[in-house]
Amino acid sequence: MAQNKKPKLAVWKFASCDGCQLSLLDCEDELLEVAGAVEIANFMEASGAVVKGPYDLSLVEGSITTPHDAERIHQIRRASRFLVTIGACATAGGIQALRNFSDVKKFTSIVYATPAYIETLSKSTPISEHIPVDFELRGCPISKQQLLEVVSAFLNHRKPNTPAHSVCIECKLRGNVCVMVANGTPCLGPVTHAGCGALCPTYDRGCYGCFGPMESPNTKSLSEGWSRLGAKEGDLVRAFRSFNAYADPFRKESEAHEK
Amino acid sequence: MTDRLHDQEYILDRDHLQDLLDTLRNSGRRVIGPVLRDGAIVYDDLASVKNLPIGRTDIQERGLYRVMHREDQALFGYNVGPHSWKKFLSPPRTRLWQGDRSSGMVQISNEPPETQKMAFIGVRSCELHAIAIQDRVFIQSEFTSPPYQARREQTFIVAVNCGQAGGTCFCMSMKTGPQATRGFDLALTEVIENGRHYFVVEVGTEAGMTVFEQLPHTVAGEAQKSAAESAVAAATAQMHRQMDTSDIKDLLYRNYRNPRWDDVASRCLACANCTMVCPTCFCSTVEDTTNLKGDHAERWQRWDSCFTMDLSYIHGGSVRASTRSRYRQWMTHKLATWIDQFGTSGCVGCGRCISWCPVGIDITEEVRAIRKSEESFLPPTEGHHGDT
Ligand code: SF4
Ligand code: SF4
Repeated sequence: MAQNKKPKLAVWKFASCDGCQLSLLDCEDELLEVAGAVEIANFMEASGAVVKGPYDLSLVEGSITTPHDAERIHQIRRASRFLVTIGACATAGGIQALRNFSDVKKFTSIVYATPAYIETLSKSTPISEHIPVDFELRGCPISKQQLLEVVSAFLNHRKPNTPAHSVCIECKLRGNVCVMVANGTPCLGPVTHAGCGALCPTYDRGCYGCFGPMESPNTKSLSEGWSRLGAKEGDLVRAFRSFNAYADPFRKESEAHEK
Repeated sequence: MTDRLHDQEYILDRDHLQDLLDTLRNSGRRVIGPVLRDGAIVYDDLASVKNLPIGRTDIQERGLYRVMHREDQALFGYNVGPHSWKKFLSPPRTRLWQGDRSSGMVQISNEPPETQKMAFIGVRSCELHAIAIQDRVFIQSEFTSPPYQARREQTFIVAVNCGQAGGTCFCMSMKTGPQATRGFDLALTEVIENGRHYFVVEVGTEAGMTVFEQLPHTVAGEAQKSAAESAVAAATAQMHRQMDTSDIKDLLYRNYRNPRWDDVASRCLACANCTMVCPTCFCSTVEDTTNLKGDHAERWQRWDSCFTMDLSYIHGGSVRASTRSRYRQWMTHKLATWIDQFGTSGCVGCGRCISWCPVGIDITEEVRAIRKSEESFLPPTEGHHGDT
């Protein structure tokens, strides 16, 4: 890239709630700095103007749920030098992947007056099932600090600091008291990927697993721990089947507790 | 045996403990001690004796901790909680340096040395040993950590002898307590009897004497000394958890391939809680950050753990990819290789890793299981190679 030409950044949306790309607008203080460092070439939430590709960095939000999107993601990949998926939808299929555990035709026939108009895939899948992805940023929603970290790492040609260990480490770094040990509150923290800064345990709640499975999740042992605290099979199915329901370790664990 | 300035013991009345805190604060120290927060007794700034967990105790079991009321108004009637003093001596996150770039020049500035003096109130005997172990790692080994050393040298330690044993601790097995014998400036034993509430005080250092002289006190009589002794004896008598440490180094070296490691790995979450709460675990990583423009960079040190994949990451992957190898690494380092490396065990028997493990894995039980299963397990003759 030429010396004083700013890298082009594009933000793309698939099946999602927009929450993750809004994190970028949420970076109030740093937004001007971002705008100074990159040329925002495609970002529908911020401006209608679209600059033609290729793009140096594409941020992709959302999962693949329609035949059209399954095509479109290939075009975006071809037009992008680096492609980073952001959020639970893009990295794991999102909450809409709950359809993967059921028959999508049943839903469409209940929800839509003319189900024949609905063209949808039977599963909601992460972007990485369709194209090679350079980096995955977890979270539902992603953390804006981590997003800035990824953009900053990209611009400075270094590895982002987004550790894949448990949420427990984030609790301990903050000096939090473990809600599971000191209060008997079931918590997904020990099997969940760090990144939120241990938000829920800091406010005395168990972790909901928004950032998906950590690097080596032992979901079976944690489920046994939950059972000792009184959780029922149904509680375990619901706990593992939320924003990251279709992430492999969570999917298997929820299925193991389903009769 | 005891590292004391002299043999004299003194009496400090319960109502004069506040004077001790005030004297320490007035000499420019940040006073830190046990306080009740979020259902646990943690270490934090201690403004007043009133903020101590008065009349509280704790119940601890494998994977369980609860704060309860006591029948008396004891100020130190509990055992160690989720925090340890390493939180202050080698904090979870520390900036090491920052760098700025302007017109082609890079300027590096190191962090200024720590100047805040600290006073720790209520340090238990096992914790004194843990601090001594970290001193060996950070000060007395080949490489020193100047920030640790600066913080450590400015720390005043008020120890408290345990009057009861915790549900998970085993200091007797590790020969680290319950009586504080070294590494303190002042050591207190709390006594409540016949309507009197006082502390029997031992002075460990000149600095301790300088502070103590300023407080209203008397010399302890035989009756008071023996009341203090029986308080500590009560803790000794109560302690039920044990670890047989005989031959432990060779035991663990011999059992590198014991199938028990698979058993513990099936339960272990690799969550790292045990290492975070352990007062001797010292592993950290460094993280480099930059701003978007790339003209400002910082290097931070933060706690890490042998339970993360990143800690053993070398080019191409993690050396200890399985939980089995990571648990084995942790326990074998703690109880065996530590001895070769630093001359002592890395475990002081505080019991934190047992209480704060979300699934209640108990290091004493794991040692017992290795010992028991050794007979049925034939160690290979070729020695240790790689991770399986
Ligand atoms: S290994 Fe466990 S018992 Fe031993 S010092 Fe560490 S936390 Fe305490
Ligand atoms: S032993 Fe317990 S606290 Fe330690 S990593 Fe395993 S599950 Fe976590």
